[in-house]
Amino acid sequence: MSTEIPEGPLGLLAELTYRCPLACAYCSNPIEIAAYRDELSTADWQRVVSEAAELGALQCHLSGGEPLLRRDLAQIVATARDQGLYTNLVTSALGFTEARAAELHDAGLDHVQVSLQADEPTLSDRIAGTPSFDRKLEAARRVRELGWPLTLNVVLHRQNIDRVDRVLAAAEDLGADRIELANTQYYGWAWRNRAALLPSREQLAAAEVTVRAAKERLRGRMEIIYVVPDYYATYPKPCMGGWGARQLVVVPTGDAMPCLAAHELPLPRANVREASLEWIWRDSPMFTAFRGTDWMPDPCASCSRREVDLGGCRCQAFALTGDATRTDPVCHLSPDHHLVEAAVEEANEASTRTDLPLVARPHA
Amino acid sequence: MSVTVSADAVPRLGRGVRMRYDKARDRYVLLLPETVVVLNATGAAILELCDGARTVDGIVAALRERYGEVPPEQVHAYLAKLVERRHVEMTHEH
Ligand SMILES: C[S@@+](CC[C@H](N)C(=O)[O-])C[C@H]1O[C@@H](n2cnc3c(N)ncnc32)[C@H](O)[C@@H]1O
Ligand code: SF4
Ligand code: SF4
Repeated sequence: MSTEIPEGPLGLLAELTYRCPLACAYCSNPIEIAAYRDELSTADWQRVVSEAAELGALQCHLSGGEPLLRRDLAQIVATARDQGLYTNLVTSALGFTEARAAELHDAGLDHVQVSLQADEPTLSDRIAGTPSFDRKLEAARRVRELGWPLTLNVVLHRQNIDRVDRVLAAAEDLGADRIELANTQYYGWAWRNRAALLPSREQLAAAEVTVRAAKERLRGRMEIIYVVPDYYATYPKPCMGGWGARQLVVVPTGDAMPCLAAHELPLPRANVREASLEWIWRDSPMFTAFRGTDWMPDPCASCSRREVDLGGCRCQAFALTGDATRTDPVCHLSPDHHLVEAAVEEANEASTRTDLPLVARPHA
Repeated sequence: MSVTVSADAVPRLGRGVRMRYDKARDRYVLLLPETVVVLNATGAAILELCDGARTVDGIVAALRERYGEVPPEQVHAYLAKLVERRHVEMTHEH
């Protein structure tokens, strides 16, 4: 029974475009951004959203790249709302003008999540590769003015994690309801920039003390979600709640995948231009390959945690070992764990510099 | 910090929180940006009455009418839990 098909996805992550006015060095978008220019049409996206809702999806995350670069964003939101989906815009906030905000509000957008790179302009703009900090603050205020709750997302890494107290203070000043402090996941451009982004043990320990105290102090006022850095964890996380179990990602060109980092896995593509979402979800090799626990090798196959973390992240296993079927090397029981240890050692030995050069991702 | 709920407070769903019936799985849920909260029948019955007009007392009375005896403490405790998680907001009239 371990490969039973789940009752449809809970969430659709619609990556509408990979174009972006920013150039964050930690960006999880794929390295080959130029290969994703042939974007789905408005009608395609409306069909994808409707099919996802029929399959049982309850939430629709509109992300990218920068989703505001799609002029038809409000139309897609309106369709998703018609289908009863909870719509969440995940945005850098560049292009969140008064007019766009009003249009999205009218379309029924439920929630906006704004990403910040740091608590102050110099560092924020350096990480983003583009002057953008001031416009982000303005947009964050606009979110609140229109009556949406405000969620901020700050990706944490070596270059900003020492300022986590000031990041939290900035979030309080903005009146955020919620802040996600997400330690970098090493996909896409973050993988390329890993050595410049991976924090030291000391940095993490200090940040965690700060975060714990802030959670206590701000309870009931601002929710703090701290996403642990899995390179420093003992066990991996149950990536996406299981392969093909809860989440469905559709990328700008229409490829559907169980995880946003699955671009390079050696699995046959499944594209919404060629197949129904239902077939893709239920039967495509892309979705069935690692569903459940039957695919697992040892040590996972005989491990008591196999239903808890589901063997970790397939994309991370592939990035680190070249073999997507291996146990996530983040796990201390993995025979490949030394690969993670080596990266961690480097982050703790080499130097205490926190301004190593970053490779900016291209805008399109 | 624990929340106490007063009888004349007026609860409604928090900003950005939506309740709906999940047809595919035959259950009521609360939708939030990153979470789906599955509701049991009692929870759904209480939350359906959190319309921003009824007071907590009014909700208890409406539940009584529908289901017979309803212990108010249970309704208070349930709402307090949701207020703490910010799924529900209270406004105090007067
Ligand atoms: C890829 S971005 C696209 C949306 C928009 N451009 C933005 O940055 O907010 C989606 C979300 O993932 C976060 N993110 C990007 N790269 C990440 C990484 N390597 N690890 C963890 N979170 C990441 C961003 O901060 C943002 O909240
Ligand atoms: S470059 Fe930055 S803003 Fe643009 S998609 Fe990537 S994370 Fe988002
Ligand atoms: S061996 Fe596999 S199942 Fe066990 S803890 Fe590690 S990753 Fe999880």
